[in-house]
Amino acid sequence: MKLVIINYGSGNLHSVHKAFEAVNNNLENPYEIIVTNTPSGILNADKLVLPGVGAFQDCKNAIHKIDGLFESLEQMVIGEKKAFMGICVGMQLLAEKSLEFGECEGFGWIPGEVIKIEAPAEYKIPHMGWNEVTFHNHELLNNISQNTDFYFVHSYYFRTQKNENCIATTKYPNPITAAVLKENIFGTQFHPEKSHNNGKQIITNFLEWEPS
Amino acid sequence: MLKKRIIPCLDVDRGRVVKGVNFVDLIDAGDPVEQAKIYNSEGADELCFLDITASSDDRETLFEVVKKTAENCFIPLTVGGGVRTIDDISRLLHHGADKVSINTAAVENIDLVAKAAKKYGSSTIVIAVDAKKNGDKSWNIFTHGGRKPTDIDALEYCIEVANLGAGEILLTSMDRDGTKIGFDNELLSTVSSSIDIPVIASGGVGNLEHFVEGVLKGGASALLAASIFHFGEYSIKDVKTYLAEQNIAVRI
Repeated sequence: MKLVIINYGSGNLHSVHKAFEAVNNNLENPYEIIVTNTPSGILNADKLVLPGVGAFQDCKNAIHKIDGLFESLEQMVIGEKKAFMGICVGMQLLAEKSLEFGECEGFGWIPGEVIKIEAPAEYKIPHMGWNEVTFHNHELLNNISQNTDFYFVHSYYFRTQKNENCIATTKYPNPITAAVLKENIFGTQFHPEKSHNNGKQIITNFLEWEPS
Repeated sequence: MLKKRIIPCLDVDRGRVVKGVNFVDLIDAGDPVEQAKIYNSEGADELCFLDITASSDDRETLFEVVKKTAENCFIPLTVGGGVRTIDDISRLLHHGADKVSINTAAVENIDLVAKAAKKYGSSTIVIAVDAKKNGDKSWNIFTHGGRKPTDIDALEYCIEVANLGAGEILLTSMDRDGTKIGFDNELLSTVSSSIDIPVIASGGVGNLEHFVEGVLKGGASALLAASIFHFGEYSIKDVKTYLAEQNIAVRI
């Protein structure tokens, strides 16, 4: 089985790669982890991971700059329903659009939009640090306790159009989407690769996940 | 609730920890990777490496240290010291740093802040500010590791870099650094209440109560400390337990 981490120059690629590698090494049947940006590599994947930090539009442009990357990704995730995980901006890209630095279209795989966090003046933006996550039970959140801390760094968040697509939230002080899910498509606003043991557990759950 | 972060900082010279913890079980106390692993397991919320290597010829060792730390510690890692160009930032991030802290180079070339924030995202760019009291509620910044004075006002500078896209300010009081008499909470609150981005308190922490004051009086989002941890006076857990007892939200 091949797990592909998509390399389009995202700043957290190395951290994501190392965290997946560390978790994968402890699996009974480890994946072959491949870091690539080629359509042929992506079309061979059994599972896909899209990291992302920085501005929404910059990430989107970087993806579209690579010939055939988006098309092959869409074919695998939407066409062949392969398990997919987006992290931070890699998750926000699933939205229909983002309002960061003007309006920018996303992949449109999960209905909703990416908007600025609205919080009282005494709340610092970016929302940076460890915050508690509450969630609906799902196998992707197996062995995680309610109100466990995960590491967040963001100023915008994904407001899903349908409640059912938001499977985890945090509070700052208003509710903020912490994880999204639609069929085979999973995404976290927090950084599992930086969330110590809880983050490793999320990665384990994703590696063991078989979307129906 | 968002937790107040406790960040141990290690000074690294040519790939070696300069003032390190005397951990009993440590085979190599000078190895930053070994020390980082311990802080990681003790519950540090982030790690910070400050590279004080004088010669740029010896910088390569730092990249190896960052790489190995990132392979072993799955919490955020900030690296600073000698960061001068976009290329320096890029290399540190590529080796596994999550945030890069810029000090002198941002003062000398303020455009670097906006460029770096645009290229790598605000959350990746920490601006380190060394400030010294200059009068009533007035502080000037120093560059070159605190050796070179400037006539730049610390508060105005922090507001400017925040507007340019810095994600965080690492604010060190030069008056308090090394004194163990507590953070300069007046400096911290003056800056923190004037900008939207988080401020990391640094310089002067000597006991557990100082951490509490940094949050309640200084308004800091995170608290950085070096020697108090390195000399084994308090552990990360001691600090967090005490903060929790004072009803300050921390990750236990």
